[in-house]
Amino acid sequence: MTMLEIRDLGKRFGGLDAVKDVNLDVEAGQITAVIGPNGAGKSTLFNLVHGFYRPTAGTISFKGEDITHSSPHRTVAGGIARTFQTTNLFDDSTLLENVLAGRIVRSKSNVFDAVFHTPRHRRESRINEDKAMEALESCGVAEYRHDLASNVPQEVQKRTAVAMALATEPELLLLDEPAGGIPEEETVDFGNLIRSLPQRGVSVLLVEHKMTMIMDLADTILVLDHGQKLALGAPAEIQTNPDVIRAYLGSTAQEEN
Amino acid sequence: MNPMKNPRIIGTIAVIILLGLTPLAFAQENYAMRVITVGMCAAIAVYGLNIILGFTGQLNLAQGGFFGIGAYGVGLLTTDYDWSFWAAFVVSVIGTAVIGYLCGLIALRTKDEYFAIFTMAIGFIIFLVISRWEPVTHAHSGVNNVKFPEGGGLIDFESPVAMFYLVFAILLICVYTTYAIRRSSVGRTLLTIRTSEDLADAIGVRVGFSKQLAFAASAVFGGVGGGLYATVVGFIGPDAASIDKTFEFLMFILVGGMGTVAGPLLGSMIVTFLFELFQDFQAYRFIVLGPIIVALVIFAPRGIVGYLGGFVDRRNRRRRAEEARGADDDLDSTGASTSGGTGDHRARNVADGIESGAGRTGGTPSSEETK
Amino acid sequence: MTLFIQQLFNGLALGGVYCLAAIGLTLVFGVLRIPNLAHGALYMLGAYITYFFLTTVGVPYIAAIGIAAIMLFIVGVGLERLVFHPLRNSPHTHHMIAAVGAMFFFQALAQAIWGADFRRMDTPITGELRILGAEISAQRIVIIVTAVIVLALLALFIKRSIHGQTIEAIEQDRVGASLVGINPSMVSMLTLGLSALLATIAAGLVAPINLLSPTMGDALNLKVFAIIILGGLGSLPGAIVGGFALAIAETMTATYISSAVGEAVAFIVLVAVLAIKPNGLFTKAVQR
Repeated sequence: MTMLEIRDLGKRFGGLDAVKDVNLDVEAGQITAVIGPNGAGKSTLFNLVHGFYRPTAGTISFKGEDITHSSPHRTVAGGIARTFQTTNLFDDSTLLENVLAGRIVRSKSNVFDAVFHTPRHRRESRINEDKAMEALESCGVAEYRHDLASNVPQEVQKRTAVAMALATEPELLLLDEPAGGIPEEETVDFGNLIRSLPQRGVSVLLVEHKMTMIMDLADTILVLDHGQKLALGAPAEIQTNPDVIRAYLGSTAQEEN
Repeated sequence: MNPMKNPRIIGTIAVIILLGLTPLAFAQENYAMRVITVGMCAAIAVYGLNIILGFTGQLNLAQGGFFGIGAYGVGLLTTDYDWSFWAAFVVSVIGTAVIGYLCGLIALRTKDEYFAIFTMAIGFIIFLVISRWEPVTHAHSGVNNVKFPEGGGLIDFESPVAMFYLVFAILLICVYTTYAIRRSSVGRTLLTIRTSEDLADAIGVRVGFSKQLAFAASAVFGGVGGGLYATVVGFIGPDAASIDKTFEFLMFILVGGMGTVAGPLLGSMIVTFLFELFQDFQAYRFIVLGPIIVALVIFAPRGIVGYLGGFVDRRNRRRRAEEARGADDDLDSTGASTSGGTGDHRARNVADGIESGAGRTGGTPSSEETK
Repeated sequence: MTLFIQQLFNGLALGGVYCLAAIGLTLVFGVLRIPNLAHGALYMLGAYITYFFLTTVGVPYIAAIGIAAIMLFIVGVGLERLVFHPLRNSPHTHHMIAAVGAMFFFQALAQAIWGADFRRMDTPITGELRILGAEISAQRIVIIVTAVIVLALLALFIKRSIHGQTIEAIEQDRVGASLVGINPSMVSMLTLGLSALLATIAAGLVAPINLLSPTMGDALNLKVFAIIILGGLGSLPGAIVGGFALAIAETMTATYISSAVGEAVAFIVLVAVLAIKPNGLFTKAVQR
């Protein structure tokens, strides 16, 4: 089943095409990766899907529903969560509080529920706590739940960002360089976390620079260059695609081998 | 943990009880009772400011204006139109709610400095209307003989003590509402906006809508405080709506602690007392108070309750963090959602909310867009 | 037609005043990223100090404005050092609250020294000029001419002098500027001093037309903020265009509709701009 369908998507800033004529299908239960050199439009693509930016051309649909012009709130409520390239957490809060913030979008109780302490409010608080703990545990950071976000190591922060996104109960998770800044020896563990997501019913769309990790994880890879599609296919195809090697992989691939 | 063992809650309740007992000491001194009661009216408006400034992190410079709308609503309706206090009060509060909601329609689209400038304009316009619209507001002659609340033959609100307890009861509702908001997902929503609007957006928070509601709520509290102020004082002039009032409210909240439950109350009481000390040179008090507010923002931005609470939180958090890491093994085996221990964590976390770091904001995630 | 010409010149004179006041504010925002809510109070203080030197001390009008401008420059520098500099790493609400504190301090100070009553400042510049049948008071011509000269000097200062260039550099790119060895805190002081100086010139020029009072800065504050939001926070050309546009709109509506509407124009502009583009028209992309 196709989870996310991107058709002829375009975004112009001033006179420049940040993203142009991009087509992509993200299949349910798969890990789809977007790669490309800096400035290739990867983050813009994420911002378009998520609703931060409004596209200037094309359409995006999610589970058959048109979300081209949805606001971030609606996209997240609809089941698409994201993480940022730079770790983004509420620094002055504990990890648990951070992940609880991810539950806001699923909370229905309002001020009156809170003031009158209604059964709905109590039930919801309980569910939120449980779901938040569950997310923290599945990302392997439950033991730090009472530590301030600014006090834990980079890797724990990155995992918490994923947990916060998972707490919104997404069906599709957009990960923007989730392993950036994580020491090389820990990327394998982190890769395992990402690999476990489809089994939990969360499809993944991922931007990443660590090439070995991508080739290992992704089912499908989209290569962007100057905002446009350069290639699309399985990792093996991408690795042998002459255009890709010339434009992007060449140097990196040699380094990594 | 039992909330009754939380030092923050114990402290808040202690302050409230202390305040509630003041009539025992001052019942014979009408002036003192009135000063304290007026201070509580201001505190109600400050609780409004707390929602928008303390929780949501947006500087609302129109709070004095909303206070004025509440005051003039009650003042004019009970005198020129001869309404009963209660009817006038309810209508005035609804009126401020509507005006606050409408202003919020624009405020929700703005942020940070734009929000402050916008609300400054709103506050100034409200003041201009009240001080210039002579036929309706009597401009500088003000409104005299605002009615006392009708006691229905049961309570005589002309007695300062009765009036004290009326305002006190409404103030308690405000304190409790603040507490309830803070520990709920509503409060969490506002706090995420304070820390980072972009991140709040990313996790699906309805930033604009929440800001609008927070602003409207803030206005309502302002209107309630103003309406009570009018009946307590009996006479109101345009200065009830001036930016000076906003400034006083800012001072109250800064001294007490932004984003805390007890801060607005404590700050209002302490600063009201200080104002009384400066009573003799009323007009010039800002020569001293201006620099004080600057010094507070620079050296002690978290306020009394912010610092005390921060100390308590830090201690608790350190203990809990160690516990959590120590108990990690059995957590892994039992699973948190089923383990009996988690209910305990749950209660404590919810009660403490995302309290720490009141008045501070984290980094913004806008680096994303530069790419 | 005569009335129109008359009001056009009135509008231009008012526009000159608004420009001088707004340019300083927008410079401060561009360099310090702070909306200086105390700007109107600096303007008010400038007016009173000019009044003091002109009326009480008895120095010539131009000299009085000059002395007041230099004094306010020092006040501006002090404000940066004592208030804004210590808050440079605080959240945005804090320096705005501090600015409100400073504003009340200045107002109370003026009230303590000169009292709360309105004061009139007489100008040595009298007489009227006839232009296209309209009688324009010489004071207004002086305002227009002075405003143009000061704006030209300011432009020259920013383009030519080292300090001016650093202001421009920091406005455009704070990080980059510190990399090439510009001292941002020096420039911050200079900018706030300059903004207070410009506001004082504006106040000294317009004081003979308006009355002085400790709260005279409040209305101006709102107007200059409307102007710089209209013109884009941090934009110099925007402040100039916005200043004249608002002033002319204000005088024309006051003449042809009613003075109350004239008063409200600034507010309407402010609300309209924020409703349409919450981050101001012509906002520079750099500011994101």
